[in-house]
Amino acid sequence: MSESFTKSMARNIFWGAAVFSFLLFLALTFDTTAALPKRDNRQNLTPEVVRGKHIWETNNCIGCHTLLGEGAYFAPELGNVYKRRGPDFIKGWMKAMPTGAPGRRQMPQFNLNEQQLTDLVAFLKYASEINTENWPPNIEG
Amino acid sequence: MQYKSQAVAKPYFVAAIGLFVGQILFGLIMGLQYVVGDFLFPAIPFNVARMVHTNLLIVWLLFGFMGAAYYMVPEESETELYSPKLALILFWVFLVAGALTVLGYLMVPYAKLAEMTGNDLLPTMGREFLEQPLITKVGIVVVALAFLFNISMTVLKGRKTSITMVLLLGLWGLAVFFLFSFYNPSNLVLDKFYWWWVVHLWVEGVWELILGALLAFVLIKVTGVDREVIEKWLYVIIAMTLITGVIGTGHHYFWIGAPAYWQWWGSIFSALEPIPFFMMTVFAFNMVNRRRRDHPNKVATLWALGTGVMAFLGAGVWGFLHTLAPINYYTHGSQITAAHGHMAFYGAYVMVVLTIISYAMPLLRGRQANSNKSQVTEMWGFWLMTVSMVFITLFLTAAGILQVWLQRVSATPMPFMQAQDQVAIFYWARELSGVIFLIGLVIYLVSFFVKGEEKATA
Repeated sequence: MSESFTKSMARNIFWGAAVFSFLLFLALTFDTTAALPKRDNRQNLTPEVVRGKHIWETNNCIGCHTLLGEGAYFAPELGNVYKRRGPDFIKGWMKAMPTGAPGRRQMPQFNLNEQQLTDLVAFLKYASEINTENWPPNIEG
Repeated sequence: MQYKSQAVAKPYFVAAIGLFVGQILFGLIMGLQYVVGDFLFPAIPFNVARMVHTNLLIVWLLFGFMGAAYYMVPEESETELYSPKLALILFWVFLVAGALTVLGYLMVPYAKLAEMTGNDLLPTMGREFLEQPLITKVGIVVVALAFLFNISMTVLKGRKTSITMVLLLGLWGLAVFFLFSFYNPSNLVLDKFYWWWVVHLWVEGVWELILGALLAFVLIKVTGVDREVIEKWLYVIIAMTLITGVIGTGHHYFWIGAPAYWQWWGSIFSALEPIPFFMMTVFAFNMVNRRRRDHPNKVATLWALGTGVMAFLGAGVWGFLHTLAPINYYTHGSQITAAHGHMAFYGAYVMVVLTIISYAMPLLRGRQANSNKSQVTEMWGFWLMTVSMVFITLFLTAAGILQVWLQRVSATPMPFMQAQDQVAIFYWARELSGVIFLIGLVIYLVSFFVKGEEKATA
């Protein structure tokens, strides 16, 4: 870099860049916060859904699955699983695990009771109704 | 070693390498589970192995960053560390807390662990990379604050250089953004939105400041190039990092419920994210070419150059590959993401920590550089690990492209597991590359014990 461009000029550019970027980011965050109520399906955050999210988290579902594309890539996307499979299939599936099929990927048995399964399904239904700009591209996730 | 208290860095580096080995072993378990699905089931289900794999990575990199700070800051500040004793206490606290957390993952069902550790008081668990129990998270904050106090006090009483300024800013940013891990609203969109304030603003934000500071420090030492020149580069690079990386967070907001305008902000700014990484590569090569001395530690220079190149490829190029919204619409949450994650973490953060270890460890052991024989052994480790990581990335990319095609682009989309079966050959190839990575790691470890004729002591 040229000699006339000094270290203190570089330092000023850095501080300017840092402050500008974070302020712009905060402004966009502020605007997003205002826009979210119309998009994030918060009107359907029932006690069931809240409990369901807790069950989702405390069984570390994200350790194998993705939810809205985020998580691990070992098992299917579940953001739209409610639409793909429906409530009864999901419950039946959870109860039937693990398959024990030799050499196949195995899902643990989480021993959820009927109420917990209903809560979890409610959470997955709520997740499937978030406005995700039409992601995933098709029902297979 | 110029200051006695720099010696506290040594246990940090040793622990970092030890945990690195654990990380790789669990990576191999997961890699095998991708193709032999019931391997070690139900003893170690995939989700548990993954938690251990990613959490060990984070913890050993933090050990590396802390060790680096303890080594660099006294030398930069030209004064002894504020409290070497505190540094050693924190080392044991962090190591024991980390070990207990990993044991908890392995021995107790996750739901039970959550219950035992007070997750119901303040639910924070069960989110990717932030799986740690509440008490561990609180422990991380306490250790981080005490560490920052120690380092900041050292800087305050000594010489203030641009490198320590940038390092401190990065470390403080690391601690501050981690606080968002305690915010876990029931609203999934808000949860995800602020989850990225930890994850993205760490790895594509403040961690890059730490990376820049470490690289600049080692380059000053091994090249003897004027500090003014190196620090000028450092400032320009991290300015570009923040300009592109902060708004670049938007590339995570495309499909999680945030407004559609993030597709523009995220695409444009994150498309520029390779620039600071490219500058880092040019910087490293430029400084080495203009070197004013031939430092006997050749392998540290190799690691420094490697960091520049691999960070650019992994974080820059492989990030760019799927960062534009119309492409990301198809690749989001696929093996492409995994490919990028592997090379970016290795190229940027693993390699920079191994750079500072490679430079500092011989000095901590009372010599300026290791024997030629030891350095050549370490270089074998460098090449085997780096080349096998390139192959891991290429195979995952191939798997990802096929997966995306079969499952998302095709007119008759395949279900997830069916598509996985179709790409199994690439998972086998990835696992093989992983085994070679492990061999490289073992050779790297061996290099610490290779004697041979020593160079003059420092």
